[in-house]
Amino acid sequence: MLDKMFKKILIANRGEIAVRVLRACHEMGIAAVVVYSDVDRASLHVRKADEAYPIGAAAASESYLNIAKILDVAARSGADAIHPGYGFLSENAKFAQACADAGVKFIGPTAAAMDAMGSKTRARQAMEKAGVPFVPGTSRGVESFAEAESVAAKIGYPVMLKAAAGGGGKGMRLVHAADQLKSSLEAARSEAERSFGDSEVYIEKAIVNPRHIEMQIIADEHGNTVYLGERECSLQRRHQKVLEEAPSPIVDADMRRRMGEVAVRVAQAANYTNAGTVEFLVDQRKNFYFLEMNTRLQVEHPVTELITGLDLVHLQIRIAAGEKLPFAQSDVSIRGHAMECRIYAEDPDNNYFPSPGKITLLLAPSGPGIRRDSGMYEGWTVPIDYDPLLAKLIGYGTDRDQAIARLTRALSEYFVGGIKTNISLFRRILRDPDFRAAKLDTGFLDRMLKRTEDAPVDSRKSEVAVIAAGIFAALGPPSSGTANGASSGDSRAAEATPSKWKAASRREVLR
Amino acid sequence: MLYDVTIDGKNYRLDLSREDRRWSCRLDGRNVEVDAILARPDVLSLRIGNLAYEVKSERVANDLHLWVGSTRFAVEVRDPRSLRGRTRAADHQGPKKITAPMPGKVVRLLVREGDSVEAGAGVAVVEAMKMQNEIKSPKKGTVQKILVSESNPVNAGDVLAIVE
Repeated sequence: MLDKMFKKILIANRGEIAVRVLRACHEMGIAAVVVYSDVDRASLHVRKADEAYPIGAAAASESYLNIAKILDVAARSGADAIHPGYGFLSENAKFAQACADAGVKFIGPTAAAMDAMGSKTRARQAMEKAGVPFVPGTSRGVESFAEAESVAAKIGYPVMLKAAAGGGGKGMRLVHAADQLKSSLEAARSEAERSFGDSEVYIEKAIVNPRHIEMQIIADEHGNTVYLGERECSLQRRHQKVLEEAPSPIVDADMRRRMGEVAVRVAQAANYTNAGTVEFLVDQRKNFYFLEMNTRLQVEHPVTELITGLDLVHLQIRIAAGEKLPFAQSDVSIRGHAMECRIYAEDPDNNYFPSPGKITLLLAPSGPGIRRDSGMYEGWTVPIDYDPLLAKLIGYGTDRDQAIARLTRALSEYFVGGIKTNISLFRRILRDPDFRAAKLDTGFLDRMLKRTEDAPVDSRKSEVAVIAAGIFAALGPPSSGTANGASSGDSRAAEATPSKWKAASRREVLR
Repeated sequence: MLYDVTIDGKNYRLDLSREDRRWSCRLDGRNVEVDAILARPDVLSLRIGNLAYEVKSERVANDLHLWVGSTRFAVEVRDPRSLRGRTRAADHQGPKKITAPMPGKVVRLLVREGDSVEAGAGVAVVEAMKMQNEIKSPKKGTVQKILVSESNPVNAGDVLAIVE
C-alpha cells in the first residue's frame, strides 16, 4: 500500500487552500509543487513550497485556469498527482480528463462523475431516478423566454434562476414577479456566459428564507461511500457563504441519518469517488431538498474535520492513491461543535467592497479551540486579481456556546492592519441574539445588515486613543504604512518653513 | 510635546512629557500618568493606572486609525505650532475630489468633463477582486476634471475626478 503513495503532488491553486493542501502533503512526507501567476510570486504558498513554477499573467485564464500550462509543470516537475483545491479548475471535468490522459492522478472524482454532477441539470435527471427529493422546477436549461415564462407561471413566483454550470452565486437571480423575468433571465445568462462560458440557465421555485445545509461525503475507489455529517451554511451575503458551522443546530441524529443516506445515494448514482458535498435547502418544516453536489473539497471543510477528528485532505490523497477508506459508517461519530469565519479583504463601512492592499500589521489569534487556515502574512500585498478570501478562523468547543465564546475571544485578538477586513462583521454576528439562539436562514445576514447598530462611544477608550495618538506621534513616524499623507505632528512641524514656524509660535504666545 | 488630537470630530489638546516609559499627559487640563511600551512597530501597550490597553496604529491612504481593543477611532494629530494644522475648514463647498476607495482598475467612466451630476450618482466603475464597484459623487455639481481613463490601474486614495 505504502509504495503506491504519491511522491510529489502539484497544487493547482493559490491562497489559503494551496497552503492547506501543501501542509497535508508535508505531513504525509510528500513533496509539494506549486504554480503561481505573475502577481503571486510573494504569496505564502510559494514561500512554503518545495518547488514553485511561474505560469503566466495575473488573469486566471492565463495562469490558474490554464490546463496546458499546469500539465506542463506536472510533466517538468515529475509530479504524480494534482490537487486542484476549490474554485479554479477543481470542478472542471476537462481538466480531470486531461490529467488522466497525461497519466497524472487528479485528486478528486473522475471526469465522468464530475460531468454527471457538474451540470446541475444533468445531475438532477440522474438523481430523480435515485429517488432524491427536489425543489420543483425545470430539470434542464430553459430554451427561450417564452418557456421560462410558462415554467415560472406553472410553479409560481418567486422563482430562482440558476446557471447550470454555476456555483458561488454567479449567474443566480431571484425573481419576485413576472415583469422582472425577462431582464433577470438576460442578466443571469450573460453572467453565466462570462463566468463559466456556458449560458445555460434553469428555473426553480424559490423557497423563501430556507436554511442551507450540506452533507459531506467521502468515497473510495473500492465502492465504499460514507457521510461525515452536515454543515449549516445559512449565513450568506449575495449567495456567498460567510460563516459555517457543524453540526447544524436543527439537525438531530435521525435527520442526519436520513440526509446522509440521501447524500450517499446521490454520490453512488454518479459513481462518485473522493470527497464531495451534497447541498440541501431545508424549509421551515425541516423538509430537505437536493440542491446540488459540489465535486470538490469545500472552503468550509475544517468544521467537519474538527467535529469528526478526520483530516479530509489526507483522506483525499490516500483515496486517490488507491487506498480503501480506513473506517466504516458506524465508526463515524460527531463530537463537539465547530464554527468558521471567512475573513475577506473587504470594507464593512463601504458596502463590503473588496479592499486589496498591503498588510502593514498582522496579529493572529491562537489558544484553545482555535484553528486558523491563512494565506496572508504581514508585509504581503493582497493582489487585486483574485477572490478576497484571506483566511479562515475556526473555533471549536464542547458545545455551540463554547465554540462561539472561543471564536469571539479569538476575533478580539485578530488584527489585520493596512487593509479593510470583515472581522468586525463576525463580532456583530456572534453577539446577535437570534444567531445565538440559532434562528438562522439564508436571509439572516441581509436582515441583520439592514438594521443599523448604535455603537455606544466609550469615552474612556476615546481618551486612551487620544493619549496613544500623542505617544505614537512623539515616538516618530511609524515604520510601516504608506509614506504619503503623513499626519503626525512631528513631520508637519518639520515641513513648515522657519518663518511660518516662528509666526505660529508668536501667535501661540499672543493667544 | 504639544499636540492637537481630533477623534471622531472632537478636539483634544494634549501635552506630553516623558521619562523613559513613564509619560505625563496633560489632557484638556487634567493630569494622566501613563506607562507605555512600544511592543512592536504600530502596537503600544499602555497602562493607565492599573488598567491595561493594547492600541494598534494603522494608516490606509491618508487616514490614520487607532484601535483600542476592537474599537476603531479615526484620528488626526496636529502640532499646534504648525501652520498647516490650522487651516482646516469644512469642505462641503468648493471642488470635491472623488477618490478610489481601494486599489483596482478603472473599467468604466460614467461621466464626462462638464457633465452635471447629482449627489450619489455614479462617476466611475472600479474593478477589484472580481467585483465591480461604482464610485459615486459625494455632491451635486459639475464634473470639473477627470484624472483617469478607462483601464487605468488606480491605488487607494487616487483622485478619479473632481466635482465642483
